[in-house]
Amino acid sequence: MNTSGTAARRPSQLFRNLNAKVASIPMILTALMVFLGGTVWTIVYSFTNSKLLPRLKFVGLDQYERLWSAPRWWTSIENLVVYGVLSLIFSLVIGFVLAALLDQKIRFEGVFRTIFLYPFALSFVVTGLTWQWILNPDFGVQHLVRAIGWESFTFNPLYDQDIVIYGILIAGLWQGTGLVMCLMLAGLRGIDEDIWKAARVDGIPMWKTYLFIVIPMMRPVFITTLVIIASGIVRLYDLVVAQTSGGPGGASEVPAKYVYDYMFLAQNLGQGFAASTMMLLSVAIIVVPWAYLEFGGGKRG
Amino acid sequence: MNTFKHFLAGASVLALSVTANAAELEVTHWWTSGGEAAAVAEFAKAFEATGNTWVDGAIAGGGSTARPVMVSRITGGSPMGATQFNTGRQAEELVEAGLMRDFTELAEKENWKEVIRPANLLEGCTVDGKVYCVPVNIHSWQWLWLSNKAFEDAGVPVPTNWDEFVAAGPALEKAGKIPLAIGGQSWQTTGTFNVLIPAIAGKDVFLKVYQDHDAEVAAGPEIAKVFKAADDARRLSAKSNVQDWNQATNLVITGQAGGQIMGDWAQGEFQVAGQVAGKDYTCLPGLGVNELISTGGDSFYFPKLDDADKTAAQEVLASTMLNPQTQVAFNLKKGSVPVRGDVDVSAANDCMKKGLDILAKGNIIPDTNQLNTEDTNNQLNDLFVEFFKTPSMTPEEAQKRYADIIASAD
Repeated sequence: MNTSGTAARRPSQLFRNLNAKVASIPMILTALMVFLGGTVWTIVYSFTNSKLLPRLKFVGLDQYERLWSAPRWWTSIENLVVYGVLSLIFSLVIGFVLAALLDQKIRFEGVFRTIFLYPFALSFVVTGLTWQWILNPDFGVQHLVRAIGWESFTFNPLYDQDIVIYGILIAGLWQGTGLVMCLMLAGLRGIDEDIWKAARVDGIPMWKTYLFIVIPMMRPVFITTLVIIASGIVRLYDLVVAQTSGGPGGASEVPAKYVYDYMFLAQNLGQGFAASTMMLLSVAIIVVPWAYLEFGGGKRG
Repeated sequence: MNTFKHFLAGASVLALSVTANAAELEVTHWWTSGGEAAAVAEFAKAFEATGNTWVDGAIAGGGSTARPVMVSRITGGSPMGATQFNTGRQAEELVEAGLMRDFTELAEKENWKEVIRPANLLEGCTVDGKVYCVPVNIHSWQWLWLSNKAFEDAGVPVPTNWDEFVAAGPALEKAGKIPLAIGGQSWQTTGTFNVLIPAIAGKDVFLKVYQDHDAEVAAGPEIAKVFKAADDARRLSAKSNVQDWNQATNLVITGQAGGQIMGDWAQGEFQVAGQVAGKDYTCLPGLGVNELISTGGDSFYFPKLDDADKTAAQEVLASTMLNPQTQVAFNLKKGSVPVRGDVDVSAANDCMKKGLDILAKGNIIPDTNQLNTEDTNNQLNDLFVEFFKTPSMTPEEAQKRYADIIASAD
């Protein structure tokens, strides 16, 4: 029996696991038609001057020129960057610290876990409306602090153009950190008990164990979390609509809202498509190099 | 179980009684404030009197929330029986795409051309000589509503024009009032500016900018004056912290604010609150400077339907809406002017009579919804909401952006 003979009789790659391949055809078709088809369609029509209804009348890069000269689009991008960077940092840090604290074998862990995860069960709209009340200067935090005696206390982020995006960030963190904490906790539980024992025997302080041993070991968990947080950032929309509707004076606009407003409110599909294509492009710029590093090259052992 | 059987029996009886030639017609609109809801109930009452059933499809949140819903229902293949749009270009493309029903026959039979005035209302509904919608009211934007109580509290006489109003600002502020109430929704800020144009710069400038889209005029000295006035308005409204227009109107009704620039639909709110024109509140058409009013308003469009009964009911609804009695009943509650010139409006109050006078004199301008596309309006909204909420933005900077928008408008 020589190897070449076996190879000749082995069925071709295409027909291996045939059942599984047949079964996945509907999903592949859906993915191709709905996701890829929709994406291509959107990009093509972003070069047209479609108004209320899609029309194939090409105008070149006009929509993009208009988009990048619109002050509102620039504000949206700035807001998304501020919100994105800060929410990435804070939700990872807060989420991890909470998870590490819960991991200390404390009593009533289940109760705490539920409390921290609860906000995640609420939709962004409910979260946004709740925080709109909490941050309202006449009813919420400011009113409360003033009522107990600190008359000059001022805290009204939603009514101040310069800090409104932080008001939205607070609500976003409140809603999302619980999930990050749970993911992190699961990751921590996956770390072998023996590693902790070994670190203790060697006399390594706890914070160092976390920073240099545990966190590097949790790399896959961090990556999953990162993807979940990042996708939440790009589609930031309902929170803004519920909390400020883009106000005051357009200071809390975000790209997704620009897309919606121009597609449906302004009846200018072309402009909305151009904006959503830019959003896709920015996601691609971040995701593609990362995916290449992560999955490409096959250098992971 | 028994109740369920009863319910079924009841439902089938109801279904039988309906099949004759009456139908249920869903009508979508964004009339949800107190005065508006009272007005739309008049339509429902009149329509139900014909044996049909009015299914109310009110969408809260104003036109900007409602229109996307309406458009996507029509383009998405689940059209309603009839729907509101503002008279103008909002449904232009839906008509061009053949999604709306042609009412030319009914219009000729009932002689709409003769009874509807001013003529440009029906022109707004006409595409290629065919009539596609039913105008139901005339609304004008150019009104300054003043709270007599607020001025009394501040110890100054009620102003008779915009300049006096601006001059009274400091006194109002000293009395703890908000001089000018403007809601946070962007269309309200644009509306305020668009009212200032004919008042400060006159009708010709208004038409040059919005009808001819003349960017030179938009960048010129006349519009610069308007921006100066808008700067005053911005200063006077700095403390106004409400969102919806009717909340802002409520500040005027309760005397917390001196005034509000808002269309005559605000009158419905004063009426619901039991206020009397001339005694509790004062209205200044054209801001008391240039007595011009615009002839915008609302129209009903009827999407094409397959169901024969519903199609018949659409026709009944269209002619009910234009019926003289319905017109009077609806418009008195709404605070707007009937579209028919041949109805009895002796029941109208002071403010509405002022509006009718101006209309009779022909001092009218088209509404911005008739001149601009939604795209242009939306760009203006973006600009003005920023201008009014950003004290650091100079009028010159805003005017430059304004001229750019006008230059690109079609």
